[in-house]
Amino acid sequence: MSGDGTSGSETGEGATGEGGPGVSKEGVHGERPGREAEIGKGLARRNGRRGRRRGERAMVPEAEFTSYYGLPILNPPTWKATDIAGYFFLGGLAGAGSVLAAGAQLTGRPAAARAMKISSLAAIGGSTALLIHDLGRPARFANMLRVMKPTSPMSMGSWLLGAYGPAAGAAAVLDATGLFPRLGAAATAGAAVLGPLVATYTAALAADTAVPSWHDVHRELPMVFAGSATSAAAGMGLVVSPAREAAPMRTAAVFGAVLELAAAKLIEHRAGLVAEPYKTGKAGRYMRAGEILTAAGTAGGVLLAGRGRTAAALSGAALLAGSACTRFGIFHAGVQSAEDPKYTVVPQRERLTAAANESGNGARNGSG
Amino acid sequence: MSSLVGRNLLAGPEPDVTENSGYTDPPPRMGFFTDTSVCIGCKACEVACKEWNAIPEDGLEFTGMSYDNTQGLGADTWRHVAFIEQNKPMGRAQAGVEHAGAAGGGPTDMRWLMASDVCKHCTHAACLDVCPTGSLFRTEFGTVVVQEDICNGCGYCIPACPYGVIDQRKGDGRAWKCTMCYDRLGGGLEPACAKACPTDSIQYGPLDELRERAALRVEQLHDLGVEDARLYGEDPDDGVGGDGAFFLLLDEPEVYGLPPDPVVTTRDLGSIWKHAGIAAAALFGGLAAVFTVHGRNGAGR
Repeated sequence: MSGDGTSGSETGEGATGEGGPGVSKEGVHGERPGREAEIGKGLARRNGRRGRRRGERAMVPEAEFTSYYGLPILNPPTWKATDIAGYFFLGGLAGAGSVLAAGAQLTGRPAAARAMKISSLAAIGGSTALLIHDLGRPARFANMLRVMKPTSPMSMGSWLLGAYGPAAGAAAVLDATGLFPRLGAAATAGAAVLGPLVATYTAALAADTAVPSWHDVHRELPMVFAGSATSAAAGMGLVVSPAREAAPMRTAAVFGAVLELAAAKLIEHRAGLVAEPYKTGKAGRYMRAGEILTAAGTAGGVLLAGRGRTAAALSGAALLAGSACTRFGIFHAGVQSAEDPKYTVVPQRERLTAAANESGNGARNGSG
Repeated sequence: MSSLVGRNLLAGPEPDVTENSGYTDPPPRMGFFTDTSVCIGCKACEVACKEWNAIPEDGLEFTGMSYDNTQGLGADTWRHVAFIEQNKPMGRAQAGVEHAGAAGGGPTDMRWLMASDVCKHCTHAACLDVCPTGSLFRTEFGTVVVQEDICNGCGYCIPACPYGVIDQRKGDGRAWKCTMCYDRLGGGLEPACAKACPTDSIQYGPLDELRERAALRVEQLHDLGVEDARLYGEDPDDGVGGDGAFFLLLDEPEVYGLPPDPVVTTRDLGSIWKHAGIAAAALFGGLAAVFTVHGRNGAGR
C-alpha cells in the first residue's frame, strides 16, 4: 500500500517505549480492548431527533452502547401509519362495538344496539380496507387465507376477520331490515363473542415482532388495546345512542378509559428503556394527546350526562379521537424503537451481562 | 402445544429442523460460515449476488461514513460488506507476517474490520413463522426462502426479523431476501457469493462441517494471539436456535451492526396469545358487568 511510508513515520515516535512484540503504545497487544467503534460513535443519528423535552433525560440515563455508524439493526416496519394504526383503531372500534351492541340489545336498548351494529360493520369494513390497502400487492389479499398459522397473528387475524366480518355484517343488515330476527340475534351474539378477539389480536400482531417497544411489552399491550377499543366504542355509543339509552355507554367509557390509561402507565413504568419511545417524539405527542382526550371524553361523558346530545356527542368524539391517538402513538413508538439501534443493543447487552453474571462463568460466553 | 414445545419448534435447539418441516430423508442442512478475519472488503460477494439473482440497482449513494456505501441488508442487497475503522491494535490477525520487522517497529494501533453480512437462515426463523401466506418456507437444505409468486407484500416479516435482513422492494411491494441461491443449490453448485469470494472468507457447506471448521479456526486464531476472535450465531442454544449462516467476528457483534443476543419473537408466542386472550376476556367480562349493573332499560331508573 502507498500509505506505508507515512504510517511508518507516524508510529516511529511512539515506538520508543515498546518492550517487544505484542506491546504498542496502547498497551499489551492481545489484551482485550474496549469495544468502542470510534468512527461509528462519532456520527450523529440520521434522523437527527435528539429533542430533549421536559426532563425526559432524567428518567432513563443515556445508555452507552456501540453501533455500526448509528444505523438501525432492525429493518423498521414498512407499514404506513394511517393504514396500520387506522386498522388497529377501527378493528378495536368494531370489536368492542359488537359487545356493546349485544349488551344494548339484551337490556332493551334497541336504538343503541342498531346504531352500534351499523358502526361495527362500517368500522370493520374500513379496517379491512386499510389492511388491504397497505399490502404491497393488494390484488393478492386472498393469499392471506392460503394457510392457517397460529405462529402468525396476521394469519389468525385474517381468519378471524373472515368469521367476524360476515357476522357483524349480518347483525347490522338483519337489524336494519328486520328480516330473520333469530338469525340476526345469532349473528349479534357471534359478533359479540368474536369482537373482543378482533380488538386484541392486533396487539399480538404488533408484539409478535422483533420491534423492542412492541415485543417487550407483549404482556401489557393487549390490555391497552382492549381499553382503547372499549373507550372508542363507548365514545361511538355516546355519539349515536339516544339519551335514554346512553347510560351503559358512559359506564363503559369509564371502564375502557381506566383500562387503557392504567395499562399504558404500566408500560411506562415497567418496560424500562423500551418505554422511552412512548414518551418521546411523535409517539410521545400522540400518547399524551390520547391520554388527555380519553380523560376529557370520559369526564365529559360522566359529568355532562343528561345535558343534552351535544355534550354527549362531544365527549364521544373526544373518546374516539383519544383512542385513535393512542393507536398512532403505539405505532410510532414501535417504529422509533426499531429505527434507533440503542433499543436493540442495550437490552440485549444487559441480558447477556445478566446471564454471564448468573452463571458466574462469563468468560465462556462467546459473545458476552 | 406441549408436543410442539417438546420438539423445540418455537425456540431452543432443533437439530431436525428440515425433517420437522415435513421433508423425509432431506440432504444435510447447508449453510454459510463467514470468516471475517480473512475478508478483504472487495465486495465481490455483493456483486456476484446481484448478478446471479438479477437484483435491481438500489441507489448509488455516497454515505461519506466509510468505504461502505451499501449500508445494510435489504430487499435489493442480500450480501452487505461492513467496513469499520478502529483505533485498536491489529494483533496478529494476518498470520505469517512478522510484525516486529514492520515499518515503525511493531504492529499498528489502527485496524480495519471487514465482514460480509447475509441472511442468517435461522433455525427458528421469525420471518417464516409470522408469514401469513406461507410464502416464506423452509427448503430441503434447511434454508429459508420467499416464494415471490405468493408473497402479497403484507410486510409482517420485515419487523419480525431480529437481524434486519428482509425488506420490501420499492415499486414491487413484495418482500425479498437471500435465498442462499436456492436455484444453484438444487443443481449442486455453491451460492454465487461463496463462489466469488477470493479469500474463502465465505465458506459454503453442510452446517455440521462448517461448525467444526469454525471451531478449529477460532482456536487457531487464539493461538496466534488474536484473542478477539469469536463465533457468532453458531450456537444451537442461542435465541434463534443457531444460524444457518454464522460468522467469525473480531469484535462485539454490534460493532458490525449485528444484534448481540437476538431472540426469535415466537419464543414468546404462548405468552403473547395468552395475554391477548386475557385482554379479550377482560373486555368481554367488563362490558358484561357494565350491562349487568345497568340492567334492563327503564327497569332500574
